[in-house]
Order: sequence, then C-alpha cells, then structure tokens
Amino acid sequence: MRQELTLRGNTAVLTRANPLAKFAAVMLITMVLALSIDWVSASVALAFELALLPLAGLTVRLLWQRGWPLILAAALGGWSTTILAPDGGAILFDARIWSISEGSLELGLGFMLRGLAIALPAVLLMSCTDPTDLADALAQKAKLPHRFVLGTLAAMRLVGLMAEEWQTIGMARRARGVGSHGNPLQRLRATLGQSFGLLVQAVRRASRLAVTMEARGFGGDARTWARKSVFSGLDVWVFLGGLLIAGAAVAAALAAGTWNMVFLSRQ
Amino acid sequence: MPAFNTSASSVRPAAVTARGWGWRHAGRPRPAVSGLDLDIRPGERVLLLGPSGAGKSTLLHALAGVLGDSSAGGGDLAPGGSAEDADETGSLLIDGAPPRSRRGRSGLVQQDPETQVVLSRLGDDVAFGAENLSVPPAEIWSRVAEALDDVGLGQLPLDHPTSALSGGQKQRLALAGILAMRPGLILLDEPTANLDPAGVLEVRDAVGRCLEKTGATLVVVEHRVAVWKDLVDRIVVLQPGSATDSAVLIDGPPDQVLAQARDMLTAAGVWVPGYVPATRVRGARSAGPASAAGPAGQLLLAAEGLAVSRERPRRAGLRGGFRPVPPEPVQAGITARVRAGEALTITGPNGSGKSTFALTLAGLLAPVSGRVSATLELSAGAGIDPYRWKAQQLIARIGTVFQEPEHQFVTGRVLDELMFGPRHLGRGGDRVDELLERLRLTELVDANPYTLSGGEKRRLSVATVLAAHPRVLVLDEPTFGQDASTWAELASFLSELLDDGTAVVSVTHDAEFSEVLGGTELSLRAPGHRGRELPERGKVKAP
Repeated sequence: MRQELTLRGNTAVLTRANPLAKFAAVMLITMVLALSIDWVSASVALAFELALLPLAGLTVRLLWQRGWPLILAAALGGWSTTILAPDGGAILFDARIWSISEGSLELGLGFMLRGLAIALPAVLLMSCTDPTDLADALAQKAKLPHRFVLGTLAAMRLVGLMAEEWQTIGMARRARGVGSHGNPLQRLRATLGQSFGLLVQAVRRASRLAVTMEARGFGGDARTWARKSVFSGLDVWVFLGGLLIAGAAVAAALAAGTWNMVFLSRQ
Repeated sequence: MPAFNTSASSVRPAAVTARGWGWRHAGRPRPAVSGLDLDIRPGERVLLLGPSGAGKSTLLHALAGVLGDSSAGGGDLAPGGSAEDADETGSLLIDGAPPRSRRGRSGLVQQDPETQVVLSRLGDDVAFGAENLSVPPAEIWSRVAEALDDVGLGQLPLDHPTSALSGGQKQRLALAGILAMRPGLILLDEPTANLDPAGVLEVRDAVGRCLEKTGATLVVVEHRVAVWKDLVDRIVVLQPGSATDSAVLIDGPPDQVLAQARDMLTAAGVWVPGYVPATRVRGARSAGPASAAGPAGQLLLAAEGLAVSRERPRRAGLRGGFRPVPPEPVQAGITARVRAGEALTITGPNGSGKSTFALTLAGLLAPVSGRVSATLELSAGAGIDPYRWKAQQLIARIGTVFQEPEHQFVTGRVLDELMFGPRHLGRGGDRVDELLERLRLTELVDANPYTLSGGEKRRLSVATVLAAHPRVLVLDEPTFGQDASTWAELASFLSELLDDGTAVVSVTHDAEFSEVLGGTELSLRAPGHRGRELPERGKVKAP
C-alpha cells in the first residue's frame, strides 16, 4: 500500500547515473518536442525512448502501471485535438463542429505522440531515480537551496502516508454514518468532508515533522552531505544520449518536411 | 574547523537552568508554563510528571529550541503559531545559553512515530541531524553505524526502507538520529505512548543503554511511571501555570516522590507503579433503567474462516480477464462469536492483523475470504453481511471507535458531534444528555472537538458512536496513551454497557483493561513471514 520512495530491487544501469545528468537529458528531449507538433519528431523520440526502457529497469507492463494516467491523458489530448482542430484537407467525418479531416487527424496524431514522447522520459526518470539521490544532486550539483530541496523531500514521504490515512478516515467516517452511498451530490459532500479530515491530519503531521526536523538542527545556513553526489563517465553517455535523441527527432522531422514550430503555427 | 568527538563516550552532558521561566503560546489567554525554577545537573535523569495542561511538552519543546523565541526572532515553525505574540518570561538556559543558540546540544523524540522519520532510507535518516550540524561526511557514517548499533537496529542494512519499520523500531530510529548528533541533553516527549508493551520495552531499554554509554542528561515526559522509574534518578512534578504558585509541585528521588505524593499523583491520572485504578465490578446492577438491549448471551455476529487484509482486491490485467485478484491476507482462518452482553478481547503481537480483523468484523473492510454474518437479531432486516449495509444501517447496529479519535470527528462542535448520528437516523437525541453527563462532557458542549485534551477526545469519540445505540461496540486500542483517570472511567463505563446487554469487542494490549471487561480472549498469532514486526531485544551487536 505504502508508496515506496526507494529503488530497492532495481539494479538497471540508469539507476547508477547521476540524477542531474538524467534530468538534463530529459529536459533536452522535452524542450525539442515542445517546439513542434508533428508526428515524425515525436515518433522518432518515442521509438528511442521505448528502446531505453530496459536500461531504466522498466518493462512495458511496469510502464503502464506507473504511467497510465499520463498515457491516457496523451491519448485524450490527441483525440480532442483531432475533433476540434481547424480542418485542413479532405473531411473524413463531420458532425457540425466536431469534424475530422486529414489535417486535423495529422495534428491530433502528432499531439498524442508528442504527449507520449514528452511524458515517457519523465516516467523513465522517476523509475530509475531515487528521490533522495535526486534531492542530493539538486542541492549539491545544481546548488538549489538545501532547505527547499530537503523540505520537499521530507514532505513527499508524507504523501505516501496520506494515502493510508485517506483509507482510514474513509472507514472512520463510515463508522460515524457518513456513507459513500446516495446521489452524486451526497457523494460529493462526503468526499469533501473526508478531504477536509485528511487536510487537518496532513497539517498536523506536517507541523510535527517540521518540529522533528528543526530539533535535528535543520534550517541552518550550512550543512555537510553524508552522500556525496558525483558525476561519472556514465553521465556523459546519458547526456549524449539525450542530445542524440533530441537531434535525431529534429533531423527526421526536417528531412520529412513535417517540422511545425508551435510559435509559427499555421491557422 | 571545530574538533569533533570520535567516540560517544566523550559526550559532555548538558546542564539546564530555569529561573522564573514562563511561556504563553500565541493566541492563548493563559501561559502554558509560568514561574518555573529548576536546575538539572549534567548527567541527571529526570522524569517529568504532571496533569495535562501543566506545560510538560512546552518545556521540552523550549529545551529542544523549537519553540518560537521572542528574542531570537525566528520561530516560524513553532507549534503554537507565530512567534509574534507569543510571550516568554524569565530565563531558560542550556549550559548557560538560550536553547536556540545551542543547536545540536539537545535532541528531541516526540510521540507520533510516523513524524519522527525524515528520510526514506534507514542510514540517511540517522545521518540527517549530523549533516545539519556540519559534521564531516566520513565521521557521519561511523556515527550512524554506532548509533544504529546502540539502539539495536544495527542488523538492518543502511538502505532499509524506513516505512517498513514497526512503531517501536521507528522510535528507536529517531533515538539513533539524535545520538548521531552527540547531544548532551536527550529529551523524550511521551516516546512510548503509541506503542504496544513490547515496543515500550524496546524503546526504554535502548534509551537506558545509550544513557549508560554517553552519560547524557535526560528529561522524559511519560504517564507510565513504572516503565521509567528505574531508569531515572529524579522525578519532577509540574502543575498548571498560575501567577502565584511555583510551577514545580514536587521534586526529588523517585521513591521519595512516589511515597510522598502518591495520592496526589493518582488523582492527577498519573500511572503510579503498582496502582490499578478502582473500576466498577462487572455484574453489579447499574443505576439506570434496565436497557432494552435484550437478553445477554444472544448471538449477534459471527466470523467464519475469516481472512483479512486492508488492501482491496486488484484487477487482473487484460490477459487475466480483469478478474479481481484477492490481496495477501495478514491473518486467515479466524473464527469468532460476538454475543450480547459479552466482551471479546482481541490480542496478539504487532502485525498479526488485530485491527484489520476488528474493522472487518465491524463491516468496514471486505473479507478476503470467509465471511462475517449478522444474526437476524442484529441485522433486523438489513441483510446478513455488515459490509454491505448502508452507513446509517451500520451505525445503528455496530459502532466502531477508532484508535485516533480525530479521524472520526465530522463537525466543529462537541454537541453537533454527538447529535450527528441520531440526527442522521431521524431520531431524537434521547441518549445524548445521558452520555454527556456520564462521560463528563457537559461543560464542553460548545467546544471544538479538535481542541480537546487527549482524554476528552477519547471520551467524546466513544460517546458519539454510542449515541446511535449500536448493539455491538468495537474499540481499537481504546486505552493507548490514556491517563489513569480516563482509563478507569472508560473501563467502568464499558463494564456498565456490557451489563446492559451491549456486546463489546476490543483490540487491546492492556491486560488490566480486558480483566475489567471479562469475557473471552481471541489471541491472533504473528503472521507467517515472522520477524520483521517482532521486537529484537537482546540482539544488539557488541560495539
């Protein structure tokens, strides 16, 4: 039940890379894909990313388990673009404002693939990166303020705890006669009440955790790091890999003539 | 570069001096502590007692340097709110300096094990405090190993997930995190209130070993004197703040204080060693009118071959045809009978699924396999399976009191809280006045439930569930962390309910409590994958 924030059991090669290098590679790919809505650059990036799954210790099945909300969102985004985008080319289906044309289909497909190609590296990154190591790298290598980074990290632990708390509060409220039965309005009210209960508990827990951290000397200006975040040769390859995927995506789209900068989008 | 100690034995114990010290939390009319004069010598071990509201926790927070400090100007994390209008009087010093300026001289362990853990991996969590004190990295890891050994967690790998630890292990981990800071003053704020008896001893013994080794000063707040009596060499009893009296009521060696002030302490709800509060005897006729609950001994609820888990069934994937896959049960093959006017006590070690079983029996969790069935006497037309009952049908038949009262509060006022069940059932609050009176809540009807003390919250949570007139009452660890007065009230009240024909099912580690209630005991065994949840006392590696 409890969300594990460690990577026990995952020994894939990308788990050994510095989180910051992985982060940079992901940013490169994401930025390039954000520039153009076209299916060629997105498909090329997506193909590379799927090939990288084993390096992150992922299988297609695990990918679906962890990333299904993102995958569904991408598919939905693609679909709505297809039916709502301005038409171009032959009309394939028409129901007044909802219509599908060759142009809108291409745009929709590009949108969906782009969504997937942008979402996948994030899922990859989180699957092979321990949040503690990411925090170490962000504070030590990227020089982000350690108070912010470590505070966020500690708060993330509470998120897993809150999932359990939600279940308990749900049961405790049923035992008071607040059911999740009835019409949608009653259900909504029950859920709002339960959310409020969770919020109260979250605030209490958070303030106690803050006391714990402060009592352990947290909040000073200087600190040392027991875990030193280091770069290795692997990180060069990770960064070059990101560069390669981003470059290949742009080159393929330019060669196929589908490169379509969002900022200069046709109407 | 400051010089760092390489051995824990060279820790310099801290001295505490309070002179007319007082503290008022922001937004509160009265001070939590006032006029405190106290000297604690280096290496002394002090047990701090007193009724709730005497300011014990406030003093500990102040010594830990986490109370908003009006002079230092910080304090944005103070539990009492912003430091702006909090008010400090007199002086409170550690080694002659304000606690806030002595970061790392003291270390604090609080009550709730979940919020004592900061990071996800065992070793990282212990290292956290030492890192904040800018200890050189190489030195940190040797301190981490030593601290984990000292608290008896040395056998676990450094990347062991902290979420997989039991409550007692989490508290020992918190202690290790403090030891790695090499503090001269160890502060414990009810560190064992949320633990089962085995966990209590684990933590107490770990504290004892660490004090032997480091010689640090100890200040511990705890209701259960018997647990700490032999470990401390002084007991200080505080009393609620007033302008004229001193904050310290009694001060002296444990035996002397316990002899001198035994009656006063028991009256204040302190668990004095060898003292079991007087409770009502089962079978004595209650003063009230004979209840309409029906004849005693009638079967109300039965569990047959029950397997339980908190997890819901997963759906098998596409290839599995989306069939539900049952979760791995924490306990299986449970058979039990719940009868009117009889108590059923569920016992067993941590992780044996006691609470999970009770919640399943109470119709709040679906069984993994086997079944819970209500007799016609109880169901009265609602169907055989309590899990399928609507919430309103459930509360009129089976009432469940959760371990944490706050989880069950649904309104912002004590009276509304009590009227909530009857109102939803379309009934009048005929029983509410009686419950208010009986559980001493009459004065509090307009208060916000969240602002009550621990004992008041417990009494309220029992009253709210009973206001719906259930025939079966299920309680999850009702006596955890309660002072002796609340304990006695609760035990007497439940014994009266039993005599009136209500069935009482309680999950408890408290042998004295189940003795008062009588009835049968259902003892659940440790789960098959034994080990993780069991205490590891005596397994400490030699340093």
